[in-house]
Amino acid sequence: MRVDGKKVKEILQLIGKKFQKGVTVFSLFLPALLVMGPVLLLVSGSLMDQWEIGKYIGTVFTEGSEFIRWKLMPDYPSLANYKKLLFESPQFFILFWNSMKLAACILLGQLLVAVPSAWGFAVYPVKGSSLLFALYVILMLLPFQVTMLSSYLVLNQLSLLNTHQAIILPAVFSTFPVFLSYGGFRGIPHQMLEAARMDGAGELIIFVRLGIPLGKSGLLSAMVLGFLEYWNMMEQPMAFLTEKSLWPLSLYLPEITWGSAGYAFCASVITLIPAVFVFVLGQDYLEQGIIYSGLKA
Amino acid sequence: MVKKKKRFFCLFVFPGFIGIMIFVLVPFGDVVRRSFATAVTGQWNGFKNYLTIFQNQAFILAVKNTLRFTLVCIPLLVLTGFMTALLLNGMKSKKWIKSIFLFPLAMPTATIVLVWKMVFYRQGFLNLFLTRLGELSGLWGVIYKDYLDSQAAFWVLVGSYIWKNTGYTVILWLAGLGGIPSELLEAARVDGAGKWQRLWYIVLPNLKGSLYTIVVLSFLNSFKIYREAYLTAGAYPDKSIYLLQHLFNNWFVNLELDKMAAAAVCTGGVLMIVILLLQKLWDKQEV
Repeated sequence: MRVDGKKVKEILQLIGKKFQKGVTVFSLFLPALLVMGPVLLLVSGSLMDQWEIGKYIGTVFTEGSEFIRWKLMPDYPSLANYKKLLFESPQFFILFWNSMKLAACILLGQLLVAVPSAWGFAVYPVKGSSLLFALYVILMLLPFQVTMLSSYLVLNQLSLLNTHQAIILPAVFSTFPVFLSYGGFRGIPHQMLEAARMDGAGELIIFVRLGIPLGKSGLLSAMVLGFLEYWNMMEQPMAFLTEKSLWPLSLYLPEITWGSAGYAFCASVITLIPAVFVFVLGQDYLEQGIIYSGLKA
Repeated sequence: MVKKKKRFFCLFVFPGFIGIMIFVLVPFGDVVRRSFATAVTGQWNGFKNYLTIFQNQAFILAVKNTLRFTLVCIPLLVLTGFMTALLLNGMKSKKWIKSIFLFPLAMPTATIVLVWKMVFYRQGFLNLFLTRLGELSGLWGVIYKDYLDSQAAFWVLVGSYIWKNTGYTVILWLAGLGGIPSELLEAARVDGAGKWQRLWYIVLPNLKGSLYTIVVLSFLNSFKIYREAYLTAGAYPDKSIYLLQHLFNNWFVNLELDKMAAAAVCTGGVLMIVILLLQKLWDKQEV
């Protein structure tokens, strides 16, 4: 039998294409599983009652030979733990509002401070401003640990330690939102601003009426990235807040012991909700923000 | 006009700048001064603090571990992100897939730690999976390894860093890929360049700028792995994941401010040099 070379090639190509597609699907399925798995675990765990959860993860305490077990659909679904957490533990509420207050105050402060700064850098480039901006970029890249001592010294000097201001004030003057907002502002064509000036608009009016609406993608992305960051904040409160009633949720959560794992699952799900909310609403700005963060100064 | 410009620059930038002066620059100046002084009396001490930290076992261990972590993680993350971005780049509806990759970024560390513990503890999901795999293949028996309390903790951290930051990197790579003029690729295709040739000769050289920013931002994010490390293993974890961040925190708790000052100056200085060097390298490529 004569083998038709052309046909063989065609078949091989077809197999190759199918294979490629398979690889693509698989390589995307795996991360999807890795991402959704933890969420499913948390949600299912939060719906179990104390007894069922104890049955599955009780092995933690025994050091025996039995492995962990799990059911994504609880045998006896119950909202008992949510009820207890939301209605019978006022201290959880305090922590939740601590987190909210910190994130909200920081973001508001950043809007008032960082956005005008970014506008200044984008619209009024003067001699030396690029040097100052380079300094901002370096400050933005320094990890918390490097500035930890300096923050401590100044907070101590102003006797703000162990108050919420100790967390809010340094974060308000962070330079990351300046950088992101700058990314949004620098896309605005200068001719437009020039035209507004010709029409007699003052510089403040131009900033509020033209700058903010046109450059909103930058400041919104700063807000989205900022919320996710400050909702998850740990280093700062750990260092500067000794009073536990001032702590945000992100620090309290890990303190819940395995013994009351039911709570831990519920508290985790509740902590997750605002973050998911912002993520879903702000995904476009999140992506935009990431892209801005990668732009060169 | 120039004068007016200056006035408005000051008007917009100064409020923020004053805050930065008060909360960062001036106190950091004080930290630099302290790094040359004794902790208690504040007398001039020369380079003694620096000598102390460089002879400190904990400091050396922490520097080594932090370096090892960054050197393992960043190339791994850059590559994972790039491959994923390449796969995604050809697709039409990427939005959902991008959401999936980005989601870990939104997940608070405190919530994920519970899951990590369930996966990695002695009788956790990972060992369960491996044991079942061993039973099926008959190659190995029951596995009881506590990943969080042994040298494997390092790899748990690496995995969790990749898990969290792949989405961020993918978005940056996709932006870079989207910035390559399509005429360039089309022209190469017409000239007979194959898929791999186009990738090697056109796509990769055009992505050098993205590579720079991705490396810098991944580096920045790598310091935040402390959250996972601290929450899963506490202030004194396994030796393999004792990072600079742990050390700073422990010195802070013990009020060893002189050592902290010297270490902050060293770390800050090294980071600044690395950032400036990378930037210079990149500028050179652009010309």
